[in-house]
Amino acid sequence: MAGAAAHLAPHSGSATRFEANLATRDTAWVKVAVLGIGLTYFAVFLLLPLVAVFVEAFRKGWEAYLAALVEPDALSAIKLTLIAAAISVPLNIVFGVSAAWAIAKFDFPGKHLLITFIDLPFSVSPVVAGLIYVLIFGAQGWFGTWLSDNDIKVIFAVPGIVLATIFVTFPFVARELIPLMQAQGRDEEEAAITLGASGWQTFWRVTLPNVKWGLLYGVILCNARAMGEFGAVSVVSGHIRGETNTMPLHVEILYNEYQFAAAFAVASLLALLALVTLSIKTYIEWRAGLSTSEEKTL
Amino acid sequence: MAYTRARRVLPGFGLSLGFTLAYLSLIVLIPLSAVFIKAAGAGWERFVETVTSPRVIASFELSFGASLLAAAINVVFGLMLAWGLVRYTFPGKKLVDALIDLPFALPTAVAGISLTAIYAKNGWLGQPLSLFGIEVAFKPLGVLVALVFIGLPFIVRTVQPILEDLDAEFEEAAASLGASRLQTFRRVVFPAIVPALLTGFALAFARAVGEYGSVIFIAGNIPLVSEITPLMIITKLEQYDYEGATAVASVMLIVSFILLLIINGLQAWTARRSGRSA
Repeated sequence: MAGAAAHLAPHSGSATRFEANLATRDTAWVKVAVLGIGLTYFAVFLLLPLVAVFVEAFRKGWEAYLAALVEPDALSAIKLTLIAAAISVPLNIVFGVSAAWAIAKFDFPGKHLLITFIDLPFSVSPVVAGLIYVLIFGAQGWFGTWLSDNDIKVIFAVPGIVLATIFVTFPFVARELIPLMQAQGRDEEEAAITLGASGWQTFWRVTLPNVKWGLLYGVILCNARAMGEFGAVSVVSGHIRGETNTMPLHVEILYNEYQFAAAFAVASLLALLALVTLSIKTYIEWRAGLSTSEEKTL
Repeated sequence: MAYTRARRVLPGFGLSLGFTLAYLSLIVLIPLSAVFIKAAGAGWERFVETVTSPRVIASFELSFGASLLAAAINVVFGLMLAWGLVRYTFPGKKLVDALIDLPFALPTAVAGISLTAIYAKNGWLGQPLSLFGIEVAFKPLGVLVALVFIGLPFIVRTVQPILEDLDAEFEEAAASLGASRLQTFRRVVFPAIVPALLTGFALAFARAVGEYGSVIFIAGNIPLVSEITPLMIITKLEQYDYEGATAVASVMLIVSFILLLIINGLQAWTARRSGRSA
């Protein structure tokens, strides 16, 4: 995921550059061998698991598929997944924009350390991410006694799920925006302020249009992870059916009960979400590539 | 500081940095510190006893061993894929390029049950493999397969842009001096992409060590044989052994921090080598 911003730069279409040049052209059998092995590897390790989700989901037919999706526990899992994403994604957008504004538009000591800290949640195991909130809000945790005295449930309840989701999706928006806004510099904003625009006007009219594709890129990746998170949420959820189950946890329960077709039916919704995410991502890369090449020709 | 303050034209420094630091502390830094405070509170002896127990040691060996192996496998095949995507044209290339990121977008639990179905004894690949006496699902080999799945995009996506930026001039010079393509690759191209390969390797390894969802279904989770380290934390939590769970978690966190430092160093090296800004 590191350097995902680099993908906003176009990196296709130059293959012909290498193939047209005699010095960089590989012989036909090298090409066949590299592509043959590489694409077989791709098909076995990436394509096959994706196809298997849908084949297994429809193994018992359309009716069983739909029945697994409209069952009350499945619906409540879908609802909780949407709630967790609807809270964590906007919060992490506000954080990402604010962090990128501070880091890209101002100089202050400790900036590199701050960027490293923002990346931390990506290198922490999801299970540890869940554990830290159990240590703070759990029955034996720092606030455990106070919370139970006041009858507030965080762990094994919705707030814990939301907190764990916020943690694992924490860096997505920030790490797309920081390099982008650093590269764009401060000149345009400074010009706007000098011409009398207010800070908010400058942000909405100058900064936001400049970073809209990068922001959207971060948001869709953040959303995909928020809806799909399993490990962290699994630690704090308590797996109470119909109450604290998100879609990935519901998949696990169905699978462990040997209801394979139903498990894969719910899983196929998440796989669809992944495909939609990848489509939007590819579209953004194409648009961003288009806009940079437009700038080059101007 | 007075100098920068005087030059500051843009507003919102205090607000944006203040909110950033507060949110970072509340969500990430303070909760993470809870692990070390809790582990320290349990005492050194208890800590050593937990992390050197046979089951935990076996889980470290499996998690770190399988993660290293999976990252190494992905370096070889990921480089081939990246090379194919950068250097060749072939039908369906755009689709392959887009789907490389599937492991980032597909929820880990979905990948987990799907891989298990494929490699189970009656699965698409499990059945033919079992004819050769190879069992994947519910064995340590299953852990490796899941970690290969999860790690592939890290290698491809770090090497791809570097390959893309490679100047044809160096290869032209090598060719005009009489080098074969293989020599050119070994002496000219490969040294240029080593930093990127190592960065991708480290990223894939770091992700694999902490991975839970995609592994847990296919691993079988047999004590001393196919239990990964994140599962040990879960197992201890389910037994209400909070001190044991935090002891294992603090080892994992320290490993994560060290890997993060190494990755930062490697990325700086890659950037210097290729003249790209991060």
